[in-house]
Amino acid sequence: MRGPLQQPFMNLWLRFTDKIDPPLFALAFALLLLGLITLASAANDTPSRINAQAVSILVALTVMWTVAQFQPQTLMRFAVPVYAFGLVLLIAVALFGDVVNGARRWLNLGVTRIQPSEIMKIAMPLMLAWYFHRYEATLRLRQYIVASLLLIIPVLLIARQPDLGTALLVTAAGFYVIFLAGLSWKLLLGMLLAAGASLPFLWPLLHDYQRRRILTLLDPATDPLGAGYHIIQSTIAVGSGGLAGKGWLKGTQAHLEFLPERSTDFIFAVYSEEFGLLGNCLLLLLYLLLIGRGLAIAANAPTFFARLLAGAVTLTFFTYAFVNMGMVSGILPVVGVPLPLISFGGTALVTLFLGIGILMSIHRHRKLVQT
Amino acid sequence: MRLTEFKDHQRELYHFQLRIGIAGAFVLGAFSLLLLRFIYLQIVQYDYYRTKAEDNRISIVPIMPNRGLIVDRSGTVLARNYSAYTLEISPGKVSDVEKTINELETLVEIRASDRARLKRLMIEAKGAESLPIRTRLTDEEVARFAVNRYRFPGVDIQARLFRQYPLKELASQVTGYIGRINDRDVERIDETGLAANYKGTDHIGKTGLEQSYEAELHGVTGYEQVEVDSAGRGVRTLSRTSPTPGNNLVLTLDIKLQQVAEQAFGDKRGALVAIEPATGGILAFVSKPGFDPNLFVDGIDSASWELLNTSPDRPMVNRALAGTYPPGSTFKPYMALAALELGKRTPKQTISDPGYFVFGNHRFRDDKPGGHGTVDMYKSIVISCDTYYYMLGNDLGIDNISRFIGQFGFGAKTGIDIEGESAGVLPSQEWKRRRFKKPEQQKWYAGETISVGIGQGYNAYTPLQMAQAMAAIANNGAMYRPHLVNYVENIKSGARTPVEPRLERAIALKPENLEFIQRALAGVNIEGTGARAFAKAEYTSAGKTGTAQVVAIKQTEKYDEKRVAERHRDHALFIAYAPLESPKIALAVVVENAGFGARAAAPIARQVLDYYLLGKRVEEPAVEVAGEEGDD
Repeated sequence: MRGPLQQPFMNLWLRFTDKIDPPLFALAFALLLLGLITLASAANDTPSRINAQAVSILVALTVMWTVAQFQPQTLMRFAVPVYAFGLVLLIAVALFGDVVNGARRWLNLGVTRIQPSEIMKIAMPLMLAWYFHRYEATLRLRQYIVASLLLIIPVLLIARQPDLGTALLVTAAGFYVIFLAGLSWKLLLGMLLAAGASLPFLWPLLHDYQRRRILTLLDPATDPLGAGYHIIQSTIAVGSGGLAGKGWLKGTQAHLEFLPERSTDFIFAVYSEEFGLLGNCLLLLLYLLLIGRGLAIAANAPTFFARLLAGAVTLTFFTYAFVNMGMVSGILPVVGVPLPLISFGGTALVTLFLGIGILMSIHRHRKLVQT
Repeated sequence: MRLTEFKDHQRELYHFQLRIGIAGAFVLGAFSLLLLRFIYLQIVQYDYYRTKAEDNRISIVPIMPNRGLIVDRSGTVLARNYSAYTLEISPGKVSDVEKTINELETLVEIRASDRARLKRLMIEAKGAESLPIRTRLTDEEVARFAVNRYRFPGVDIQARLFRQYPLKELASQVTGYIGRINDRDVERIDETGLAANYKGTDHIGKTGLEQSYEAELHGVTGYEQVEVDSAGRGVRTLSRTSPTPGNNLVLTLDIKLQQVAEQAFGDKRGALVAIEPATGGILAFVSKPGFDPNLFVDGIDSASWELLNTSPDRPMVNRALAGTYPPGSTFKPYMALAALELGKRTPKQTISDPGYFVFGNHRFRDDKPGGHGTVDMYKSIVISCDTYYYMLGNDLGIDNISRFIGQFGFGAKTGIDIEGESAGVLPSQEWKRRRFKKPEQQKWYAGETISVGIGQGYNAYTPLQMAQAMAAIANNGAMYRPHLVNYVENIKSGARTPVEPRLERAIALKPENLEFIQRALAGVNIEGTGARAFAKAEYTSAGKTGTAQVVAIKQTEKYDEKRVAERHRDHALFIAYAPLESPKIALAVVVENAGFGARAAAPIARQVLDYYLLGKRVEEPAVEVAGEEGDD
């Protein structure tokens, strides 16, 4: 059937895409497309953002492809150094970081500025998965305590930058590993109770604006100029979308500039306004399928490490989606978490595709280790 | 879960898959919750939100609060607001700004400087919703534009409040000024979480009290729900929450005293700080030359800015707060007190002054050739004998000096309620180690202590510190933190929040030593270097003259004021308090490059004290007294 010339190209193509998991890739690609379409509407006054996003996508896909080529054992070797590196950078940020928009998040390396908290989103599940894998046969209370410390220290550093959104995502990532590693229900309940009980003590540690955001959720009308404004306007955008939406480029909330941050954290409001409940269902379905695929990969992964890592990465992806949509539709407080694969912004995109690359790596190499 | 050496793979996998299943159920649950929320918003509440979006021609318009006033202790206004019409443009809504302005010019006078300012603001205040094209429109111009308004989408007339400083240059360094909010300010506002309160505010305190009391002065922004047409113009007001005006600042400053002091300087450069010793309240805070803060409110034009910024007189520097000067001989009373407290001298002990002090192969000269003869401590202060203090410096040693003198606040920020304070330099071995990088520079040389003894060398203090230390002497060692604001007044409730006098330190001094120094300082104004300036004073006073070298002169050379370039002439200093019985005012004066303290600085102090204690006012600056006595 194939011509003699096509054969080598075909082989090359097969080898190139060998490690790419088609269902995962198709789902991610569909989400990226939806994202670009929405961005074209949300950022129609700043068209340069579409090009910038396209470039970010290319970078992110390259990262995904590269990570997918590694064997999970190689990833395991990265765990400790990447975690240690991230932790050192976080400490450096606390000591000498640049302040941008009032938060000390960036580290200026002279050539470029990096945001070390981003590294932790991947380093945390990697590290904890490595740690549990190492003590796989002898998991006891002690290991869970050490794991909790490994989790809490960077989270506190991130939270005091202050960057509540990232702190939340890193906590979630770490918690998922601990949960999947088999933390007993009794301890889990205890942890949740302890966390609940410590809330009143954490309250005074929050910044004024963070407290206001949480209070505002309860009654947005109290702060119509500040955080309340975001919630009021994004809820109106979502609600007025109705069943079928107002149509692409026709969202009045977005285009009369009532929506703040409409191409980044609040892009879901634009999407929802223009594509309505049907559009939302499509988005939820795509996310659900992607998460389902990730969990399936985790369930079938060969080693404890790979299982934990794949599970945590997938559930972190879920956390992004849930927190963002919950915040935009007014059931969660406003924290800076982007809508995965849709929001404008290169850093988050790269981190997310790194996660997808890890899933692919684990999936494609499952047979090699199963002996 | 307890695991034995024997690993049950199947069992472990089963457990893991169970957990994955639970997580999957959680995901489904969470997404169902979202779905329910979407159904609620988009189906159940659809009509409500559709109407809301339709009405979202309702925009929330912030209403700026009136900024608080700044008044002196008797109510004279230093900063106030007035309302005027401005023509404003929203750059985001206008396609061709240049063309629009050219068309507007046919209706409203637009000067070249207005164009230049707009151009600059468009760069500096990117993202600002609205920028001024012209301020202070006449009624006629307002009417003319109103008729033609439909032709100019994105351009509108606003009634705005403007800040005004009616006293212009007077006390300008204290009041400071407000200016347009720039990127750095935005960062600071975000940091403090006040972004919402600054919606609609386009000015913010930049220096002086306007800056340091920004939080009090600004007030709370109100808002109005306004129905807007498709171009975003307000059609109808639906509801309104009034803003809360900012609080007024009532100062401890006596503006008439300030005026007397500023006039006394004439066109000389320098600084004067007068403090009420018992409270730390600042009575006068002079830095000459000043500037007209009104220039900054609308954005200063570049020519004026250039002039202010490049002037060698540096009018933008608050000399009283940030200028540091060697104290010269005004340092001597503190040195003498140190000697008494540390037991290195008794008042009666005398030296014989040959007119110089030899240390190693270096000869430290006294200004009076041939010397002052036999000198005891009293005389050393009254006639300001350098040789006495060269020796004393050498005997005390640098660390004793800095430890003792530091108690008076020298070399440390006083914590006054405006920003930009300098700490100055209180030299010590430790200081030198930290200050210099190279090991050979880090070492303290005993010879360096000798010039420190007469207030020269590395010594550098702000006039504020000098006044604070004088106030501490006047107040028998009780040193209060200086402050400019007496109380903050809430306009609505009338409630006053006073700035309580804060005792910074009660310096432990033996009463007889303190009394001796006070007596010697009184002697200065009766029979010493301050006597001429304080001749026939109708009150008792204490004082000390000082002359601080700006450039080092050779040991063989006699300092000749006339031959030295103006900027290299000595600074004249004077510290004083009065009356002796119950001091009401303590002050420090520095007159830059004016020569002898007795001649240039003491007369200014006299005028200030005369006015404050007697209400006497010299309309014209006092004629300079020729001739001099003693050295200082």
